[in-house]
Amino acid sequence: MNAQPSPPTSDLEYRWGRNFQEKAIEAMLFLAAFLAVAVTASIMVILVTESVGLFQTVSIVEFLTGTEWAPMFEPPTYGILPLVCGTLMTSLIALIVAIPMGTLSAMYLSEFASLRAREWIKPSLEILAGIPTVVYGYFALLFVTPLLQKILPSLPGFNMLSPGIVMGIMIIPLVASISEDAMRSVPRELREGSYAAGATRFQTALKVVFPAAISGISSSYILSVSRAVGETMIVAIAAGLQPIITFNPLEPAATITAFIVQVSLGDLPHGSTAYQTIFAAGLVLALMTLVFNIFGHFLSKRYRENY
Amino acid sequence: MAIALPEQGLIALRKSVSRRQLYSNLFAIVGLISILVALVVLVALIIHLLSQGLTSIDWQFLTSPASSDAEEAGVFIALVGSGLVMLVTTTLAVPVGIAAGIYLEEYARKGWLADLIEINVTNLAGVPSIVYGLLALGLFKYALNLGESIITAGLTLALLVLPVVIVTTREAMRAIPSSLREAAYALGASKWRMVKDHILPYSMGSILTGIIIGLSRAIGETAPLVTIGALTFITFLPDSPIQPTFPFISFSWLLSPFTVLPIQMFSWVSRPDLAFEAKAAAAGAVLLALTLLMNGFASFLRYRLRKGIKW
Repeated sequence: MNAQPSPPTSDLEYRWGRNFQEKAIEAMLFLAAFLAVAVTASIMVILVTESVGLFQTVSIVEFLTGTEWAPMFEPPTYGILPLVCGTLMTSLIALIVAIPMGTLSAMYLSEFASLRAREWIKPSLEILAGIPTVVYGYFALLFVTPLLQKILPSLPGFNMLSPGIVMGIMIIPLVASISEDAMRSVPRELREGSYAAGATRFQTALKVVFPAAISGISSSYILSVSRAVGETMIVAIAAGLQPIITFNPLEPAATITAFIVQVSLGDLPHGSTAYQTIFAAGLVLALMTLVFNIFGHFLSKRYRENY
Repeated sequence: MAIALPEQGLIALRKSVSRRQLYSNLFAIVGLISILVALVVLVALIIHLLSQGLTSIDWQFLTSPASSDAEEAGVFIALVGSGLVMLVTTTLAVPVGIAAGIYLEEYARKGWLADLIEINVTNLAGVPSIVYGLLALGLFKYALNLGESIITAGLTLALLVLPVVIVTTREAMRAIPSSLREAAYALGASKWRMVKDHILPYSMGSILTGIIIGLSRAIGETAPLVTIGALTFITFLPDSPIQPTFPFISFSWLLSPFTVLPIQMFSWVSRPDLAFEAKAAAAGAVLLALTLLMNGFASFLRYRLRKGIKW
């Protein structure tokens, strides 16, 4: 392929040129890959440096344990607990929907469905994961909430229940596809052994396949927690924006993400207190999802090594 | 069976078998129902959007700028904005993502450095999109002083799409058997020649599928762009990239303010006016159609590829 260099150039020189080119390309490819590290580092650096000003007016302990979040009022209070509470409540509702339905769907797809059915069902479920979240937010506010109000007439227009449910539906494909992969990678022999002992498909699915795939399945649960915690538009549109500590899903509440959106909508001068609070809130959010992500990937790594 | 079961035992056994079989079938039905519930919600969402928004979608809606008058408001500027932002995102994320994927799959030697990069890629894939928005706000908008511009938005979404491109590139390359690599080496190809002439062309189809899926996610992304302050009322087009005078190509559009389709929809959803609700539904229907088309194309591509490749 490469034309040999003309006689005066020695073979050695040719090789040197080629080696140089190879090294240069490798260095460029490495830089591209290293960008991932640089991005993570700059996320952490930006979140810390832009929020550090806030911690000169309020102590970290007060920030993490305060129960009142009113940074725009006089006197301002900066206790992030109400936002954390809203985030965890909406995520909890989402998980109550997504985990059972996702697991059942995965079991059906992996253990019961025919090949043809699977070919059709899987891509259709994937569509749910591809719908823009702003569309889901619209759907929660203007379809699901009015629908729920027919059953619970006292439900306010903004509440945690409706966005939580919609978020759960959105997360079903995530749970289903990771859990299904985990269950399908359980060796055939285990199933056949169970069938030979007289177990039905249900008994095999529940007592053989599910326990064998448990680390993959639980990693899908943890990844879906981190997905729910970081979800923004659905809660920003449909959950209301009042930062109150409440465990009643029928009440409105603000999440960390919704607060960031709410503040971003207004005028946001660089370095102002409002500006610093969204970075502090973002820092809490990033650390929360980081912990879940690392834990989830650790679990999924473990199950990959099992077989 | 060597020992004949007594009549009584046989009946009991049959009963137990049919009972357990019934449970098994019931469970299958429950599983199917949970899938159906999810799909019914999907259908309800699509029907609701269309029933609310379809009447608003006409030629005028697609070609008019946003307006404070609900009657006249359209998505033209937002569509152009989405297109331009996607253009920037694609130009940045695709080459960098593929290059990173090649490095991790073909070049990286096992060791702490490769592990570090790998952990970071998987972690970035799980970072909430709004955190990318905060990064963009602090880094692109203020530290680099790029403002609320198309380039800021394009860069932000490029970072968001990057892990998707890296992961699909790696998966596509991993599927290529190593005999092909060895064959290229045996013919005297250098590593880069081997990658450029063999690995890359063979995996291009699958990589393209991943890129389209990544972009379909980026086009509907709202939160990170709201964070950089993109929710403004824009009624004018950015400068055209093609100019009538020399040098004919202009890049000033990169620094113009913009709006995109999901942001336009969000601003209409947050208005208390009923007329704008219909507009929001219409914008949502257009956005949904775009993402579904992209996803559908990716599925079609994946299906074709799976039929075509036989190693």
